[in-house]
Amino acid sequence: MSDVLLETRGVHVRFAGRHGDVARAIDGVDLVVKKGEVLALVGESGCGKTTLARTIMGLERPAEGEVIFENEPIRYDRGFLRTYRGKVQMVFQDPMGSLNPRQTVYEAVAEGLRIQKVPGSEATRVGDALARAGLRPPERFVHLYPYELSGGQRQRVVIAGAMVLNPSLLVADEPVSSLDASVRGEILKLMLELVHDAGVTILVVTHDLGLAWNIADRIAVMYLGRIVEEGPAEKLLSHPRHPYTRALLSVVPEAEEMEQQILQGEAPDPTRIPSGCRFHPRCPLVASGEAERLGIEERCRGDDLSLHEVAPGHHAACHAL
Amino acid sequence: MSEPLLAVRDLNVTYRSEAGAVPAVRGVSFDLAPGETLGLAGESGCGKSTIAGALLRVLPRGTEVTGEVLLDGEDVLGMKPGRLRAVRWTEMSIVFQGALHALNPVQRVGDQIAEAIEVHRTAENSETRVAELLETVGMPARRAGDFPHQLSGGQRQRILIALALACNPRILIADEPTTALDVMVQAQVLELLERLQKELALSMIFITHDLSTLSYVCRRTAVMYAGRIIEEGLADEVFARPKHPYTAALAAAFPLIGDRSHRMNPSGLAGDPPDPRAIPSGCPFHPRCTVAVAECTNADVELWPAGEGRQAACIHVLDCAVR
Repeated sequence: MSDVLLETRGVHVRFAGRHGDVARAIDGVDLVVKKGEVLALVGESGCGKTTLARTIMGLERPAEGEVIFENEPIRYDRGFLRTYRGKVQMVFQDPMGSLNPRQTVYEAVAEGLRIQKVPGSEATRVGDALARAGLRPPERFVHLYPYELSGGQRQRVVIAGAMVLNPSLLVADEPVSSLDASVRGEILKLMLELVHDAGVTILVVTHDLGLAWNIADRIAVMYLGRIVEEGPAEKLLSHPRHPYTRALLSVVPEAEEMEQQILQGEAPDPTRIPSGCRFHPRCPLVASGEAERLGIEERCRGDDLSLHEVAPGHHAACHAL
Repeated sequence: MSEPLLAVRDLNVTYRSEAGAVPAVRGVSFDLAPGETLGLAGESGCGKSTIAGALLRVLPRGTEVTGEVLLDGEDVLGMKPGRLRAVRWTEMSIVFQGALHALNPVQRVGDQIAEAIEVHRTAENSETRVAELLETVGMPARRAGDFPHQLSGGQRQRILIALALACNPRILIADEPTTALDVMVQAQVLELLERLQKELALSMIFITHDLSTLSYVCRRTAVMYAGRIIEEGLADEVFARPKHPYTAALAAAFPLIGDRSHRMNPSGLAGDPPDPRAIPSGCPFHPRCTVAVAECTNADVELWPAGEGRQAACIHVLDCAVR
């Protein structure tokens, strides 16, 4: 039995730009999500991480490549997608935005069951899901409306709504970034509990490396539509190999003892992906002349490259490695 | 020690709402020395942004504000409108959070900055001054002709900083200036604020929910909970060795990468921040506190000395430190 739950193979997603140009939002991503793990997909806004999550959900259709779930490529007909979304659920960033303000907690959690036409007692399932999401006792919450809940409770309702279907994969897009600091840890704890107790696999999309340190088994770092580094969380965070990951880590106030490498400017837009290594215009190795000394500068500017193994299970896409 | 530039004494702010009075700030006092950076940390609803609003008197009409906000000994709360207008921008100015909403979407950013300069007639030639300001915040002068939507989030935040600096204030209040920004851009803006603070000898009040950012930018920090300051001290110390259990929880919410005790072990606080209309008795933190004892439910807590230059509002500091 394979331990791969989901895989993207050579996935490209393109959007039409305003001036007839094409944004290569996802520009060739091979990503493996293993059963029972927490995989963190990290990167700055605009790097394509949310688009990749949506593609995995079947909300975006790749122009090239495919998404493979349980050894079967996903299809885009309504029947397939409905079944698929019973197994793969998404939790969005802003719980207030993902809850219908006129629906009670009960209605919000039961909605998925109704769409999926799940047999059995709806009330029992809703109650169990709420309790599992930490809203105990469930009877206290079922009749409440979103505005009557705190931010943390709302996110628990959203998670209950996703978990009520017993999905195999939970895709969580910035699940705690709109929550208060003290509540954040509680929601992350809940996510780890779901992995251990309910056996769910989690793909968490975030810009927050501290969160990855808190809960992720593996990390994939994304830059301009590509994964530029991928590996076990501890290794990647303690020995980042790609210059982009190193820069990203150096500016996190929570990472000590690293000389700050503040990259200037912002990530270029995906309609104009630089030639060669897509990171070269901002790369500290190129800017400092280090790449020239290593004799790789020409390749940095001209040769595009994909991930290669830099240590067991640890991959990066950099000419200097 | 030098005289404080700004001294806040027993500040109380109560909002009026249909559901009754909402005490958002309840007896806050602090000093800001010339050239100093003070951090105000806390979660949403703790009253930190309300303090920013009270200092410049930009709170909604009908809000009850008592206490004193002494700027060079003169009470801002008692100033007449004309004097207040002179103080805003030229003495104290604010960089708000949410750079997109604070700028006028249909006016060129250069004109928005020029407007502030002209209203206060602080420069002979506003065009030169705008160019100078843009350069100060690390933007090319030609961007003055851009509309806000043509700029990225980080650039808009730079424009807001330029705007706040337009009339050479002595005090800059930065309210969550980096919250909505990406990590890399956040680092750029923090670097900019740090440089400006030094170059222009600004005094700064830096408001945020992210304690780890504060230890990076500020010398001193105050942590707020339910409208009160509950801990105060040197920023590094407060973050590394919190005396109040709430500060400890807040610090743990932003774990140090590499700290093994947080690996696969996120820590948070059970419960939610209190509703300002129903603040718990005694120590307002006691319902969520893991080290609360019986007397916390009715004890009058205040900021007690807790080591050199440190104060904390927890009865445990009276006998020994929390940890």
